[in-house]
Amino acid sequence: MSEAPALTPVAPIPVTVLTGYLGAGKTTLLNRILSEPHGKRYAVIVNEFGEIGIDNDLIVESDEEIYEMNNGCVCCTVRGDLIRVVEGLMRRPGRFDAIIVETTGLADPVPVAQTFFMDEDVRAKTRLDAVVALVDARHLPLRLKDSREAEDQIAFADVVILNKTDLVTPEELEAVERTVRAINPSARIHRTERAAVPLDAVLDRGAFDLSRALDNDPHFLDHDDPDHACGPDCDHDHGHDHHHHHHGHDHHDHAAPSPIHDLTIESVSLRAGPVNPKRFFPWIEKITQLEGPNILRLKGIIAFDGDADRYVIQGVHMIVEGDHQRPWKDGEKRESRLVFIGRNLDREKLERTFLACQA
Amino acid sequence: MPTVAPIDLDDHCLSVAFLGDVPAFALASGLVVRLDHGTRRHELHDGLLATSVTWDGQSLITGGEDGKVMRLDADGTETTLRPSARKWVGVVATGPQGAVAFAEGRQATVLLADGTERTFEEARTIEGLAFAPKGLRIAMARYNGVSLAFVQGSAPALDFEWKGAHNQVLFSPDGRFLVTAMQENALHGWRLDGKPGGEHRHMRMTGYPAKVKSLSWSNKGKWLASSGAPSAIVWPFSGKDGPMGKAPLELGQRADTMVTCVACHPVEDLVAIGFGDGMVLAVRIADGKEALLRRPGNGPITALAWNKPGRLLAFGSQAGDCGVVDIAG
Repeated sequence: MSEAPALTPVAPIPVTVLTGYLGAGKTTLLNRILSEPHGKRYAVIVNEFGEIGIDNDLIVESDEEIYEMNNGCVCCTVRGDLIRVVEGLMRRPGRFDAIIVETTGLADPVPVAQTFFMDEDVRAKTRLDAVVALVDARHLPLRLKDSREAEDQIAFADVVILNKTDLVTPEELEAVERTVRAINPSARIHRTERAAVPLDAVLDRGAFDLSRALDNDPHFLDHDDPDHACGPDCDHDHGHDHHHHHHGHDHHDHAAPSPIHDLTIESVSLRAGPVNPKRFFPWIEKITQLEGPNILRLKGIIAFDGDADRYVIQGVHMIVEGDHQRPWKDGEKRESRLVFIGRNLDREKLERTFLACQA
Repeated sequence: MPTVAPIDLDDHCLSVAFLGDVPAFALASGLVVRLDHGTRRHELHDGLLATSVTWDGQSLITGGEDGKVMRLDADGTETTLRPSARKWVGVVATGPQGAVAFAEGRQATVLLADGTERTFEEARTIEGLAFAPKGLRIAMARYNGVSLAFVQGSAPALDFEWKGAHNQVLFSPDGRFLVTAMQENALHGWRLDGKPGGEHRHMRMTGYPAKVKSLSWSNKGKWLASSGAPSAIVWPFSGKDGPMGKAPLELGQRADTMVTCVACHPVEDLVAIGFGDGMVLAVRIADGKEALLRRPGNGPITALAWNKPGRLLAFGSQAGDCGVVDIAG
């Protein structure tokens, strides 16, 4: 049928996931997003209408419902309610520019994120923009003691909003931020009172868009890079090496020990020279198959031997995506870097097997 | 030669139906358009989510984002069966003796013609509803299976378990089989005359490259047609064990697009097949012979419905380019 008219492609709608414990400031932030004059319209999926004081037709109440995929993989979970609501919303596009998913305080962020990768219909119409975790600076140490979810939410986040900073001393704030860094070395951290963060720091981040994530934050994997110059807007913490937080053989200086003995999540950062794709791809596939349940997030920039382009890669549990990003610049060190965030990671094995992929 | 009377509605068409002889197009916005000596518009909902035609063929039951449940009759009469509520009404179903059911979240409500109302609670969200052809029983599809409840009396619901999320359910016209569409690219079925717990009771229908969104029984229930592949997958159900051990037919295969909607003819063993590019074919089940009913259009076919004698076929698309095909021209 050569006369078939071209179907108009619809740009995927960005989705922001807001996580955070009860009282961390999610509703405050949501109310700001819905009321500030930014010219954008948002559809919001919430578990309960609760205290959202804004009259908005596009607030949808939805019962969090976790579905295990029937493929024998325990970490392949999606949110069934989101599949339904997103499908319904996307039948009437043009009503909103973006979707925000607010999770309950105890929610596991992983099925939320995986929904946007694993369900073909949802994936065709939307793109996960970023996972934003709100953290109550005052209550975080307590939360980490009594729940695994608080830790998961931080570990999984692209952006962490360290809220209620007015309720803690500068020393306490430092310690809390170090704890967040220890759980998640690659997230952007913003310190706020009353969730007063610039909205462009939260929305339309493109954190799951491989090349954009790196454009937004060219140093996202190398805050410990000696060449990395910190400007006034560089919002990570300073003065210590993120890589060695959990290891006894840490020879670096810490200003003060973080209260991190309650943490069960760790990160492993790896570096190598250019790697051989024929070794790297089977390796990353095997690692994510075997260790997938333990890996919450992985991110990396890979230098392939003889390849003029940088290769960027990211993953959630067993889902891994990668793509060529841009040519290596003249004088840029051709180095492969990977960060794993998860539980029970075998650092020695990861390091040894990754290094064995070198060309 | 078939002729097409197009109607452009500029909105995602969720379903089409004939109410009596009147074609009706139900749009995602909540507008239902009837072609009854001119275009009649009915703004039933703010956001339509689900529809079902009553068994007498005279009314359309609808559920929406506004929590309302409405009935639209062939003559245009609108009746509110349930006023606005907070939750989305994501599923509706119609049954014998004028029964209507709708589900919101984990609760299903059955409304009987005499005004009685009965609610059922499930542990998980009810994603699909269907009345059995006889005996006033309602099947509720949910995570890990289907619950089959008796609308009257106090007998407990029967559970049909199968791991995974089931998001659509229907009975075969003779009531011997219960079939669900799953979150995975598969159908699952149960023989209702099989022994509970018996392995031969289950029917697994897999191999689809995409999720199955559209299902249709042939007029006597000999065949079950389905979307979710480049051809319509048509399972044979005439034997005692349904399609077990038999290969399905693959009708109307295309190389470059997928089947998005199917509707079996009300009289003949013939299936109307809608595709991702808007094309509609009629294919005879016996020999796979194809007839083009509509050329590709602006969007995937989302809805198909035959009128009672099977001469007219109404179709709707995601882009809103809808119409009625007269197969006798």
